[in-house]
Amino acid sequence: MSELLDLNLVEASEALKNKKISSLELTKAYLKSISDTSSLGAYLEIVEDKAISMAKESDKKLIDGTARPLEGIPIGIKDMFCTKDIKTTASSKILENFIPTYESTVTQNLWNDGAVILGKLSCDEFAMGSSNETAAKGNVINPWLKNKKMSPGGSSGGSAAAVAARSALAATGTDTGGSIRQPAAFCGITGLKPTYGRCSRWGIVAFSSSLDQAGPLTRTVSDAALMLNSMAGYDQKDSTSANLKMPDLMDYLDKGIKGKKIGIPKEYTQDGISEDIVKFYEKSIDWLKDEGAEIVPVSLPHTKYALPAYYIIAPAEASSNLARYDGVRYGARHEASSLDEMYELTRGNSFGDEVKRRIMIGTYVLSSGYYDAYYLKAQKVRRLIKEDFENVYKKVDYILTPSTPTTSFELGKKQDPLTMYLNDIFTVPASLAGLPGISLPVGLDNSGLPIGIQLIANSFDEPGLIRTARVLERSAGFNFIADGAAK
Amino acid sequence: MPNKDTIVDVPTVNKIARLCRLDIPEVNKESLTNDLNNILGFVAQLDEVDTSNVEPLASVTGHKLPLRSDDVNDGNIEDLVLKNAPESSSGFFVVPKVIE
Repeated sequence: MSELLDLNLVEASEALKNKKISSLELTKAYLKSISDTSSLGAYLEIVEDKAISMAKESDKKLIDGTARPLEGIPIGIKDMFCTKDIKTTASSKILENFIPTYESTVTQNLWNDGAVILGKLSCDEFAMGSSNETAAKGNVINPWLKNKKMSPGGSSGGSAAAVAARSALAATGTDTGGSIRQPAAFCGITGLKPTYGRCSRWGIVAFSSSLDQAGPLTRTVSDAALMLNSMAGYDQKDSTSANLKMPDLMDYLDKGIKGKKIGIPKEYTQDGISEDIVKFYEKSIDWLKDEGAEIVPVSLPHTKYALPAYYIIAPAEASSNLARYDGVRYGARHEASSLDEMYELTRGNSFGDEVKRRIMIGTYVLSSGYYDAYYLKAQKVRRLIKEDFENVYKKVDYILTPSTPTTSFELGKKQDPLTMYLNDIFTVPASLAGLPGISLPVGLDNSGLPIGIQLIANSFDEPGLIRTARVLERSAGFNFIADGAAK
Repeated sequence: MPNKDTIVDVPTVNKIARLCRLDIPEVNKESLTNDLNNILGFVAQLDEVDTSNVEPLASVTGHKLPLRSDDVNDGNIEDLVLKNAPESSSGFFVVPKVIE
């Protein structure tokens, strides 16, 4: 079993194509892994029969020479993606019995390319959270320092934990303000948020539509490249989908970064950032320099205002998107004698506290008399943040920052909402600007928890992101496995 | 933005909850009000930013939203549309009585 689990996605794909292993044995190894690591709580739904039948189908294609790019690769899907005939809850009580009658574009793209579904992965409720603790069915446990019960991060906490625990070879995530990159950093894996518009949002449970973007969580940079190759693509069903062909990312893995300019923004080394993270950030700068990159100090002067702008824009869009949960068309209903009372009790009883706070904030900032002062103001600041990046990209190719100000923290330590929001301080600016970002593990802190470093590229420069991340990955040589991972 | 410690009070919270049709139990109102004030106090720092002559940014796509032709089409999927409805009858969603 262990040898099968040792293979990363690219290696497993090679072994499958060379008929050294079958998808059925690989898939069965992962199903066993899921059961061995079930105490982490990463999976909300396991679809064993479907996994086995998809694996058998893949094995036929591998034998008859019609294998597709992800043929036979067992993956997990964040519960934000609608999967036809498979329960999709967004980790919310309001969708606890929702069984979509259609498939999201991103997951359909993955199945069309031969991937095998293992199940649905837990996340913060409606992807609103940074610790996976807002999930209706309870938090996921980070496989690192498992007995200490650390947070896997959020919102894609189940996805990150599953990849780190080797109970999925790769997973999908969604990232609105850091929900792929922050959990990837906490769990010692790679997480890539593509440019806004790269992956279709069709069939993904909507949170904040001008920010939501799907992306992969994987063990390595090349695994992320292979996953994103399949996930991305123009989709008529999403009006914000970019009609741009993405080049094959695998072609960019080993191009190196000689002569490339890496921007180091002075605003990203602030008080409150952990010393170990600063140490590895400085090491990462040196590694890139050693590989021939030119290091350029830059300034993104409005960085400080990204988080407050985000916490107006995202709740505003969420309050509008979540108006659809009315107990009428789908989702839970709380019976009442009048229509208004039915709406209020359904929503009051079935949304969790964090979701309610965001709906309230969003409703307030969009309400008459406050719209200009809050919502319009935040949209103006958003433009300034985007312009900061545009100015910097006139001078540099990529920007290097820490992924998070701290490593993972213990679950259950009651934190006030604002402290929790600060987790996303380094990931939110790129989200507001719609830029692609990747977090990859570069080392461990003094307590043995993974540290993530973030690279941000210009719009639609995923190829550049991949080639730079690959260089950093090689230099860092992070090859630790979580103590809570399947053996 | 109002620059006060208390930006919203309980009556305002009641009004917002009513606008977004959220039942908030009486016992939770005070802590929710505190949370909202903390968050609104935090976002108020945007006041420091000079945004005169800055156009609001609603979308980062940079492309014009495509339009489709406005064809009336029920999709022929009535059963699928109603499949997850808490209550339906004769091809309709059913809600509590709205006319006395």
